[in-house]
Amino acid sequence: MKHTISVLVENKFGVLARVAGLFSARGYNISSLAVSETLDPQISCMTIVVQAEDEKILEQIEKQLNKLIDVISVTDFTKKEHVERELVLVKINYLSKQKAQLDKFLKKFLAKVVHGKENTAIIEAVGEQEQIRQLLEGLAKFGVHELVRTGKIAMA
Amino acid sequence: MNGAQILIECLKREGTQVIFGYPGGQVLPLFDKLYDADVDFILVRHEQGAAHAADGYARATGKPGVCIATSGPGATNLVTGIATAFMDSIPMIAITGQVKTFLIGNDAFQEADVTGITRPITKHNFLVKDVKDLARIVREAFYIATTGRPGPVLIDIPSDVQLQEMDFVWPEEVKIRSYNPTYFGHPGQIKRAAKLISAAKKPIIYAGGGIITSGAHHELKTLAEKINAPVTWTLMGIGGFPGEHKLSLGMLGMHGTAYANHAIMESDLIIAVGARFDDRVTGRLDAFAPYAKVIHIDIDPSSISKNVKVDVPVVGDAKNILGQLIEEIKETQDISDWLKTVEEWKKKYPLRYADKGIIKPQYVIEQIYEATRGEAVITTEVGQNQMWAAQWYKYNQPRTFISSGGLGTMGFGLPAAMGAKLGCPDKVVFDIAGDGSIQMNIQELATCVCNKINVKVAILNNGYLGMVRQWQELFYKRRYSHTCLYNPDFVKLAESFGAVGILITKKEDVRSAIEKAISIDNVVVMDFRVDPEENVFPMVPAGEAINRIIGGLA
Ligand SMILES: Cc1ncc(C[n+]2csc(CCOP(=O)(O)OP(=O)(O)O)c2C)c(N)n1
Ligand SMILES: [Mg+2]
Repeated sequence: MKHTISVLVENKFGVLARVAGLFSARGYNISSLAVSETLDPQISCMTIVVQAEDEKILEQIEKQLNKLIDVISVTDFTKKEHVERELVLVKINYLSKQKAQLDKFLKKFLAKVVHGKENTAIIEAVGEQEQIRQLLEGLAKFGVHELVRTGKIAMA
Repeated sequence: MNGAQILIECLKREGTQVIFGYPGGQVLPLFDKLYDADVDFILVRHEQGAAHAADGYARATGKPGVCIATSGPGATNLVTGIATAFMDSIPMIAITGQVKTFLIGNDAFQEADVTGITRPITKHNFLVKDVKDLARIVREAFYIATTGRPGPVLIDIPSDVQLQEMDFVWPEEVKIRSYNPTYFGHPGQIKRAAKLISAAKKPIIYAGGGIITSGAHHELKTLAEKINAPVTWTLMGIGGFPGEHKLSLGMLGMHGTAYANHAIMESDLIIAVGARFDDRVTGRLDAFAPYAKVIHIDIDPSSISKNVKVDVPVVGDAKNILGQLIEEIKETQDISDWLKTVEEWKKKYPLRYADKGIIKPQYVIEQIYEATRGEAVITTEVGQNQMWAAQWYKYNQPRTFISSGGLGTMGFGLPAAMGAKLGCPDKVVFDIAGDGSIQMNIQELATCVCNKINVKVAILNNGYLGMVRQWQELFYKRRYSHTCLYNPDFVKLAESFGAVGILITKKEDVRSAIEKAISIDNVVVMDFRVDPEENVFPMVPAGEAINRIIGGLA
């Protein structure tokens, strides 16, 4: 099962390595990671998405996270009601005759072209995982060249 | 003051009396100031020795041990010692020099990313990038190392920071917002635990190193006597409950007593205190203690329900919680039938060995026990020697058995004995060693002799890496692949260091050699030529249920 874990940490060097180390030491891959300052600039928020092969191991990781001196709190959003979003930038190449079709498609996903040149466009979209998946599926036919995602962020 | 002076001043204010270490390029400024400092500095012969000595000092005294090494190879030589302390939750401060701040990350001469290397084997570590943070960091390091579940903390200090000048300011208070260990048990959980204890018909107390760490041995005894429950312990829990007490069952697990293993398997309530249900203790997990409810008292929430499902977790300090629990328990069941059964197991499956003409290693330990009246501090190496030292010496006091439990580090015993002896100068300190292990840090004999740290080394010389040979005998068709040792002449070796060496080849000479060693005012190495193929029994094969005991005697 995929878990979304939010970790509040001291905003200091080395903390990310400590947090990541607890996953890597157990052979767990972090599928996405978003880190930035919170309202209090001394505190950072890390949102970590991880596939738990074994729930017990994940529970252990969460306890170990709590034990790190620089970790202030750990919240597993998986079983909580929460809002989650991800932002993606997608670079596509399209044919001129596809323009109208593309605009219509983007409108449906509340996505927009943030940079365009000839028949290349960089598209920005924000959404939940499933929306992003559908968007990317739909864009595939226009020819996707590059994709960058921020990783999920979440709030309860 | 410069950074080096600030560091020394902080160490002194934290109560440091002795430092173990080794110099090098990136700690030159620090060593220059140590030259004038009024703290004892012990120059070891290998940095691993410094780490184990600091660890042994901490285990023997309860105070944090301090060790120092230079950057790069000095620091990497500390690593095994730091990992050893980490696995056994020992408070220790490791200080390493680092290349100058502006060179970090450049593959400078003798540079190693020491905070990176030690991240998973320290409770916490620090890289000091500015002298103005140094005093605070040292305070935090001691605070973190000694509170909650203790552990080693490393401070990496670039040599230019050691030279930076600044006025000394002692931070009166340490406060780390994200670090607040729980010390008292939740009253609701204490009530629940007391209720289970009151209802139990076959209770057993399973005590670990947490008893020693928190100084809960009196409370443990009071609780055991109040509820009349037999007590078993882990390797780390040795000394937490008097070995000679009538409720004592000895150590449990892979090389535990048969009666301790039978008792925990048949129990209906396990009161686990400061222990972590390690695989050497539980054996096959799904077969472990099938009838038992479990109360688990531990300061570390991540230890709870990690391996065994727990019915009543109580997070906090063992001493406090046992105190709370003793107050809370009002009545208990009549458990005389249970105690009778346990007594029968004790009679039926005692620890024993076949005493033949040659020296049996168990006999040597028994004789050390008798000669020291159980009052020595015993350190061990790793292997059969360690298990025999755990089984055949009766420890009645905490901090008298010092052994690398979690990591099982060969080469631990001698430097640990050195640290222990410095911490407890009035005690007789024995390192019970194997002929293999002793050669891993034998150089520390020089440190001992130089500084008149008169430890006694008893080598159970079986000519083998005995514990590995035992597994090869039992599980690999006696194919003794690379476990037979060609050994130096330990007597001459000892003498070359300026210590006294004694060779013992006959059983009748064992006791007198031990007594002689104790009476000699020097470091003594005893080379006991013991039965080369003696095995440690009882034994539970790895991965079996812990009542599947082999060894013929049980
Ligand atoms: C540093 C290290 N390397 C390897 C091992 C694996 N090991 C465990 S016991 C043992 C044999 C120890 O031999 P010796 O010191 O002679 O003790 P004995 O078992 O013979 O009493 C070995 C090699 C270890 N525990 N530590
Ligand atoms: Mg041996």
